[in-house]
Amino acid sequence: MKLNQFKLINFANRDNNLFRLIIMLIAVFALMSTLRPSIFPKLDNFTSMAYQFPEYGVLAIAMMLSLLIGGVDLSIVGIANLSAILAAKLLIKFVPYDADPGYTLLMIGVAIIVALAIGALCGAFNGFIISKFGIPDILATLGSMQLFTGIAIVITKGRIVVGIPYMYSELGNAAIGGIIPVPLIIYTICAVLIGLLLNKTSFGIKLYMMGTNPTASRFSGINNAIMTIRSYMYGGILSAVAGLIMLARTNSAKADFGSSYILQTVLIGVLGGVNPSGGFGTVGGVTVAILILQFLSSGFNMFPSISNLIKDLIWGSALILVMVFNYYSNKRSEKAQISKRIAETTNS
Amino acid sequence: MKKLTRSTEFYIFLVFIALTIFIEIQSGQFFTSNNIVDMLRAMIVPGIFSIGVLMVLVSGGIDISFTAIALLSMYSATKILMIWNYEGNVIMAFIISGAIGLLLGLINASLIAFYNLPTIIVTLGTSSMFIGFMQGILHSRVISDIPKPMLEFSRAELFRVYNKELGVSSGLPVVFLILVALIIIAWFILRYTMLGRGIYALGGDRTAAERAGFNIIAIQFFIYSFVGLISGIAGMTRAIMMANVHPTNLMGMELTVIAAVVLGGTSITGGRGTITGTLLGVALITVLSNSLILMGIPTTWQKVFTGALIIIGTGLSAYQTMKEKNKVHGGMKLGKKGSKETQKNTTGSSAI
Amino acid sequence: MADVILKAKNISKAFAGVQALKNVDLTIHKGEIHCLAGENGSGKSTLIKIISGVYVPDEGEIELNGKKYSRLTPMESIEQGVQIIYQDLSIFPNLTVAENIALNHELSNKRKLVNWSRVREIAEQAVSKIDFEIDLDERVENLSVAEKQLVAISRALLHNARLIIMDEPTTALTKKEVAALFKIIKNLQKQGISILFVSHKIDEVFEISEKITILRNGQNVISGEVADFDNDQFAYYMTGRKFKDTYFEFEGRQEEPLLKVENLSLENSFEDVSFELYPGEILGITGLLGSGRNELAQSLFGLLPADSGKIYIKGKPVKIRSVQDAIKNKIGYVPEDRLTEGLFMPQSIGRNIIISNIKSLLSKFGFINKDKMEDEIEEFINQFNIATPSAELPVQALSGGNQQRVVLAKWLATQPSILILNGPTVGVDIGSKYDIHQILRGLAEQGIGVIIISDDIPEVLYNCNRILIIREGRITDEVPGKEITAEELTNLMAGA
Repeated sequence: MKLNQFKLINFANRDNNLFRLIIMLIAVFALMSTLRPSIFPKLDNFTSMAYQFPEYGVLAIAMMLSLLIGGVDLSIVGIANLSAILAAKLLIKFVPYDADPGYTLLMIGVAIIVALAIGALCGAFNGFIISKFGIPDILATLGSMQLFTGIAIVITKGRIVVGIPYMYSELGNAAIGGIIPVPLIIYTICAVLIGLLLNKTSFGIKLYMMGTNPTASRFSGINNAIMTIRSYMYGGILSAVAGLIMLARTNSAKADFGSSYILQTVLIGVLGGVNPSGGFGTVGGVTVAILILQFLSSGFNMFPSISNLIKDLIWGSALILVMVFNYYSNKRSEKAQISKRIAETTNS
Repeated sequence: MKKLTRSTEFYIFLVFIALTIFIEIQSGQFFTSNNIVDMLRAMIVPGIFSIGVLMVLVSGGIDISFTAIALLSMYSATKILMIWNYEGNVIMAFIISGAIGLLLGLINASLIAFYNLPTIIVTLGTSSMFIGFMQGILHSRVISDIPKPMLEFSRAELFRVYNKELGVSSGLPVVFLILVALIIIAWFILRYTMLGRGIYALGGDRTAAERAGFNIIAIQFFIYSFVGLISGIAGMTRAIMMANVHPTNLMGMELTVIAAVVLGGTSITGGRGTITGTLLGVALITVLSNSLILMGIPTTWQKVFTGALIIIGTGLSAYQTMKEKNKVHGGMKLGKKGSKETQKNTTGSSAI
Repeated sequence: MADVILKAKNISKAFAGVQALKNVDLTIHKGEIHCLAGENGSGKSTLIKIISGVYVPDEGEIELNGKKYSRLTPMESIEQGVQIIYQDLSIFPNLTVAENIALNHELSNKRKLVNWSRVREIAEQAVSKIDFEIDLDERVENLSVAEKQLVAISRALLHNARLIIMDEPTTALTKKEVAALFKIIKNLQKQGISILFVSHKIDEVFEISEKITILRNGQNVISGEVADFDNDQFAYYMTGRKFKDTYFEFEGRQEEPLLKVENLSLENSFEDVSFELYPGEILGITGLLGSGRNELAQSLFGLLPADSGKIYIKGKPVKIRSVQDAIKNKIGYVPEDRLTEGLFMPQSIGRNIIISNIKSLLSKFGFINKDKMEDEIEEFINQFNIATPSAELPVQALSGGNQQRVVLAKWLATQPSILILNGPTVGVDIGSKYDIHQILRGLAEQGIGVIIISDDIPEVLYNCNRILIIREGRITDEVPGKEITAEELTNLMAGA
């Protein structure tokens, strides 16, 4: 009886935000479908969207990990590009033009592992300089962003890397059963894994707690340094995954691809209900936020009169609007909480 | 004397001297007249930006939209002059650009002061709005035939030095004076006005500043609109120095400028920072990134060096603070305040 | 009467429909040291804020120096000579002493520019009023708490102060510093300045004040001369409950100590500390601020690992280099500062309870066993009588006493054999204090070894069967709680 009561309140509190987001998603979908009934609500459109969002979606999850602990990871795009470049270089070097498919596949596997390892290493480096040297996260990742991008420029001499085996992009752009694109599957795997990690493991709960109050977490026996390093490392691995998806989509790699993704991922996080000062946020919220953004962005593309460049304006305004909206709704719930507490203390 | 050796500026100064001597030994060309003028020239735009960044950081905020403000202001100001067929004094170009910058700064200011939103996210958002507006609505493109007053002013130099050995010459543009003037104004505001002390007070302890009677909203309004104003001026300065309007070429500079200001001893958590330190930080980064060729390093390495400099520079001071904290044992005197701030939102409601 | 500085009459104030103050009266005369006492939530802070003009009362009237105000503004309050010294002192750590003192003054004089020589003059004049010697160019963050407080007092005096309100001024001061502060307060009194001293420390209230006003649940309980009160009455008026002080009895000391500390040392903190703790015992460690008691507590819990010495648990030598080591060795630690060190305020009560014990809730694959977790949370909420409708509510929705229970529950969830409490009742009101002591006694009866580190003399006297006294980093005495008086203990602590 008592437990049931617990769960009801749980749903009301926790899922309020997700509920709101889903309503928003449905509204955007309905709007776009009404405006462009012949293109928007079609399978083709959904397939193409499913090819587009995974790369920044995976980055958004990486960004969420850093936001959860009250930080911000500006280096995710740098890591993505660096790992993609190294994977591409490795493939170009070891896979000759006429290599047999089995060998190519093997090397693709090796390249993927190398890219993920690089991502992990870069992320761990971030976590290390933040937790062991005490550099504020924003400066640390600002510096490492320059460093990783710089290394990528040195490796590529600032040029675009092309000529990776055809098989790689074929695999990366395949669709299972002709409908479900590989990037979508990759995104789903990442989202489920991180979701499990955050909600079902002790690492996840500790991460939320540390994000709320690092002093109390130290006093509670949580090793803040290791938690920070691990969380940035997972962010690095996810960034590398995003880099590999980009490599497949564009069939090339470059040191300064996708720099606008940094803003976009922060926007997704905030829209998805991640608290930028740490401690709150879910993969579910972020996923719905990604879909909202993708629907909007695909929808805009169906209006030739709207310049692609205007998107920045829309994303920026959306971010501000969401923040202002959250400000008012937080204020309301805070008030409710205070009066609840007062009632309690005066009754006791 | 003790205070001098204890200050951060002193150490940055030492590092700066060491770097220049190193470059001189490597190349033998650092302390030549034209190189020094080139360095001063390269410092103008980041220098102007750094003054605004200093104020924001000291107040405990962060602004990453100033390059976007600069771009949008300089682009629209130039466009206005072109449509107007303006031929008068170049001052007008600065006034228009500065006014547009001020207006954009006011947008930041109202969001931050009234809604108390995290400054980094607000300015991330507005910076995207400004760029999007410029590219999407104004359809910005490179303007190489800039209005005549701007073009003429771009040739105006304070002086020109000749390096006979290399047979090259470098001139210091008149806009250098803008940097000098802004430095003096900012120094005066920060040091000799209640407003300036209010910025430090706000960065030191917001609640205490409120209780002391500082008008926090007014102070924040000043800071972010001042940043807007000087960003507009910086944008115009840049356009005049380049003698064209390039709507993307300042992008990315915001992070380097913030890094330079932090390297100069300004605390990213607020309350601490000086003009001297800031200028030293800017000088350090400018010299480093402009001297790679002198040192025989390919320019592709530039980002690696600035990245490493940021990490090592901020890392050293952060590490020192951390060690100092651990040296004094016991939680009585220290640490408490900082940790309390992490939960500001929670303790603030215990009014009764 | 002409010499009435402040007269608050029939003050009522409600927030969001909840009555915080109801018909409260307070009268302060010139040159009077008046104590405002009450538990947390009794309405003290609301009343202070009304006197200073921060809040406008719903009903009632404030009279300052004979002038009546129904809507007092902060500016008017300051003009009438009311100054508040907040518990957090409201100073700027990044600015110099001189600036901290003079800034408010210059602001209220509506100056726009800063004249540094005048700033210095003002500061010099202010510190000389209380004979406070300090380097005016030092940054305030480098000062001790007592010095910071004197900076705040000097600043308050600049405004032609007639009434200085001090909110819990002694919380972070050593005995010596408290004595110095009281001397200054008496001195101010001689100059005709009234002091409203907000506190709940009984001994200090009796030592310094002339009059006492006690609030409970937002209402006046009693107001009168100090001489008319005794300790028991004071506690009764504050809480509405009667408490019996009983000694903690410990019997059946076992052969093997639970914890044995040998020659533990930490540079600049403590030296050569040795003691034993037996199961079921409540051991007190007491000493003045700065005696090393706090550091010793943190060392035993791995927060500040000791440089040398040995620690044995149940006879086995152990190394405690980190909090994780301490938890592995079944040590729990209730920190001094509940809000920042003990709790994750916006997170759920449930998560706060299980955070140090997640490991035991994992299933085979490393995932959290949800049923087990919920059972455990429910069990602890029931066991500790935490008053909440749901474990999902954030801890910040709880009252202070309930919050402290959550901290205790968190550590008991780890099934500790040793529980260290550093100032377990700092900032806790008398009622909750009593309850917490009862809980601790109950834990000791279950065989847990409890260490209370505190400078609250009655607390250690009544609740600990043995008391160690630490002075200048060394254990100087060991006394049984029952056989010593408060005065003797105070003398031992000070080394007199």
